[in-house]
Amino acid sequence: MRVMERQGDAPPDDVPFVLAREAQHGPVVHATNRVARLAGVMAGSRVVDMRAICPDLQVVYADQAGDRLALDRLVLWARRWCPWSVRDGDDGIILDTTGSDHLLGGEAAMLVEMETQLSLLGLTSRLAVAPTWGAAWALARFGPVRAICAADQVAVKLGALPVTGLRLDAPTVLLLRRLGLKTIGALIDVPRLSLTRRFAKAALVANPLLRLDQALGTLAEPVSSVDPAPRFIAQSRLAEPIFDPTPYLPALCADLCDLLHHAGFGCRRLHLTVYRTDGDVSHLDVAMAAPSRDPVHLHSLFRDKVAQINPGFGFDLITLQADDLAQLQNIQTNLEGGSDDDLHLSQLLDRLTARFGDRAVTRPVLRASHIPERAEARLSALAAPPALMPVPANERPIRLLDHPEEIRVLYAVPEGPPAQFQWRRQVHRVARYAGPERIAPEWWKDRPGTRLRDYFKIEDQVGRRLWLYREGLHADGRGGDPRWFVHGMFV
Amino acid sequence: MGLLRMQKTPQGVPPQVGLARFTLSEAFVETAADAAALGFALARLPRRQRPLLWVQDRLSRKETGYPYIAGIGTQRPVIMVNLSRATDVLWAMEEGLRCRSLGGVIGEIWGDPAVLDFTATKRLALRAEAAGVSCWLIRRAAHPNLSAARDRWRIGALPSAPHPHDPQAPGAPRWAVELFRSRHAKPGAWVATYDRAADRVDLVAATGDGTLDAGDGTAGRRATG
Repeated sequence: MRVMERQGDAPPDDVPFVLAREAQHGPVVHATNRVARLAGVMAGSRVVDMRAICPDLQVVYADQAGDRLALDRLVLWARRWCPWSVRDGDDGIILDTTGSDHLLGGEAAMLVEMETQLSLLGLTSRLAVAPTWGAAWALARFGPVRAICAADQVAVKLGALPVTGLRLDAPTVLLLRRLGLKTIGALIDVPRLSLTRRFAKAALVANPLLRLDQALGTLAEPVSSVDPAPRFIAQSRLAEPIFDPTPYLPALCADLCDLLHHAGFGCRRLHLTVYRTDGDVSHLDVAMAAPSRDPVHLHSLFRDKVAQINPGFGFDLITLQADDLAQLQNIQTNLEGGSDDDLHLSQLLDRLTARFGDRAVTRPVLRASHIPERAEARLSALAAPPALMPVPANERPIRLLDHPEEIRVLYAVPEGPPAQFQWRRQVHRVARYAGPERIAPEWWKDRPGTRLRDYFKIEDQVGRRLWLYREGLHADGRGGDPRWFVHGMFV
Repeated sequence: MGLLRMQKTPQGVPPQVGLARFTLSEAFVETAADAAALGFALARLPRRQRPLLWVQDRLSRKETGYPYIAGIGTQRPVIMVNLSRATDVLWAMEEGLRCRSLGGVIGEIWGDPAVLDFTATKRLALRAEAAGVSCWLIRRAAHPNLSAARDRWRIGALPSAPHPHDPQAPGAPRWAVELFRSRHAKPGAWVATYDRAADRVDLVAATGDGTLDAGDGTAGRRATG
C-alpha cells in the first residue's frame, strides 16, 4: 500500500510532480505522480537526470519522518479489522487476519471493505491475502488486484511473479537476473544445493533462499504486533452547561494523576478540552520540562490560562488528557528526604513557560561558531540541556546588542579603532584599546560578499568599555569604505 | 584608607554582617550602555553551579542588549526570560524566588513603572530572604524612589586598572560603587576592582588618603584629538 501524501495542497494532476529525498550523490526521486510516471520518471533515479528527461518537472522534498509517523498511526487504525498489525518497511502494513476474516464476510469481502475504508481516508491501497508475510508482500506489489492466495497455492501464485517480489536488495536482484532467474518460479525450479553453495554466507536481504523459504512458509516469520501507547484521560460530565472550568480542574488533575500513578507514568503535556453545548470544541495545552504527575503542579499550570478558553454558550463536558508520557518511578534522591532541586527547577520552568509562552523562556547555550551572534543558541527551556561547549579563549563582552549599532567616526586613525566617535548622540573618546581580533565570515553559511570583522575592546574617557568592530577592509573590493559598529559592552 | 576585601567563601556564609547576600539588592545604572552593575552583581552572587534566572523587559533588551553566555561563562547556566511589561518581570522574579535551587535572580527594569513600588520590592525582598536566593534588580533610567531593597547601590564604570603586559590596553575593570542606602551596612562609596581570574571584587574606599585618585591607571593614554 502506498501512502499518497499532501491532501490539502496537492499539485494538479496534469503537472509532472515528484517527491525527492537526499541520497549519496544528491537528491533522488522518492515518489512520482501519474503524469511524471508516464513521462518516464522512475522512482530511485536522480532528480537531475529526470529533469533532463522532463524539463517541467516539479520537485518537492518528501517528509519521510512524517510519512513513517502517519503509517504508524495507520497501523493502529487498522486494528479495527484484526488485533495484530505491524508496520512493514516504509510503505506497507501487515495485518494478521487469521480468524477475523469471517467477521467481515470472508476474505474477498474483507479486502473490498479495507479498500473502501482506506480510500475514504484519501489513500490508494494495493491489498493481498496470503498465508505468509513474504507472499503477501509479493502479491500486493506484483500480483493481481486484491489477490487471495490459499495455503496450498503459494508456490503456484508466486511462481509467475518477478524475483523482485522476494524482498531482496538491488545487487542480488541484478545478480539473479544475470543468472537468468527472472521469476520466482524459475528460482524454485533450480536445485537447492547449487543455490545454497552460492548464497551460503549472504545476509537475509541478499539471500534468495531464505527469502524464498519465508515466502513459502518453510521459515517462520511471526508478526510481532506493537502495543498502542497507553492513554490517560480524566473527564467530568456536568449536569448543566457552565462557563468556567476552574472549580473542576483540581479534581480532574487529581483523577489523572491517580491514573498515571497506578500505571507508573508521568506526562510532559496536558490537553484540556471542553465540549461546548453548541457542538464546538475548545482546547488548551500546557507543557512541562520534566515528566510529572503532581496534581498541585499540574493544576498550577492552568491557573493563568483558563481565561483563554472560549466558553461560547457554556460547556457540559471537560476532559483532561495526558500526552508525551514517560515512565516515572518514585525515587528518593537523598537520605535526609529533603527537597529535590532539579524537580523544583523544572517546575519553575513549567510555570514560567505556561504563563509567558515557549518563546519568552529560553536557555541560551554556546554553539560552535566564531561569529559572536551565532555563538549562542537559544533553546526552549523545556528541552533537555545539551552538552557543554568550551568558552571561547578570547575575552567576550557580558552584553551583546541584538543588532550592532553603527557609529559615526569623528577622528579616524590609520591603525586601531577611531580615536573619537559618536554613538547614540554622545561623543566617545577612545582612551585605551585592545585588539584587533579578526573574525572572518563563515563562507559555508554567509552569502558571498560578506565582509570580515576586526573587533576592538575599547575604553572611553569615562571608563565605559565597549566592543567595536570594523566591517571590512579598505581595499577588499566588497563595498565602499569600511563601517564601524558597536556590538557589545564589557563589565 | 579603608580596604575591604570580599572573597566568596564556598560555604555560602556571608563574609560580613553588613553584606548579607541572600536578599534583594537594587543597582542603579547611570548610563544605559554601562555593564558595570551587571559585573558587580554577578561577582557578588554565590559561586555555585546553579542556574541563574535572568528576567529582562523589552526596553532593557532593546537599549542594552542581552546577557552573552560567552562572556558570562558556562559555570553558571542562565535561564533567560524576555518579557515586555514590568508587571510580568516582577511576577517572573517572584516566581523564581520561590525556587530554592536557583543560584540567583537578576531582573532588569527600565524606568520607573508604577507597579514597581514599595510593596512590590518588599515582596521580592521577603521572598529572597525566605528562599535564601539572592536577587538583584537592575534599574536603568530610573529614580531611587521608595523601595524595600535591603541594599541600594549606584554603580558606574571607572577607567580600568593598568594592563600588566600592554600599556595601551584596558586591564582589570574598575567600578565606582556607592552604597547609598542599606539596612545592615554603613553606606559609603568605594572603588571596586574586579579580578577576573579569581572572580573576586576588591573594594577600596573612594575618599581615602588621595593617593589612589592621582593615577587612574590610564598611563598609556593615547594622544587624541
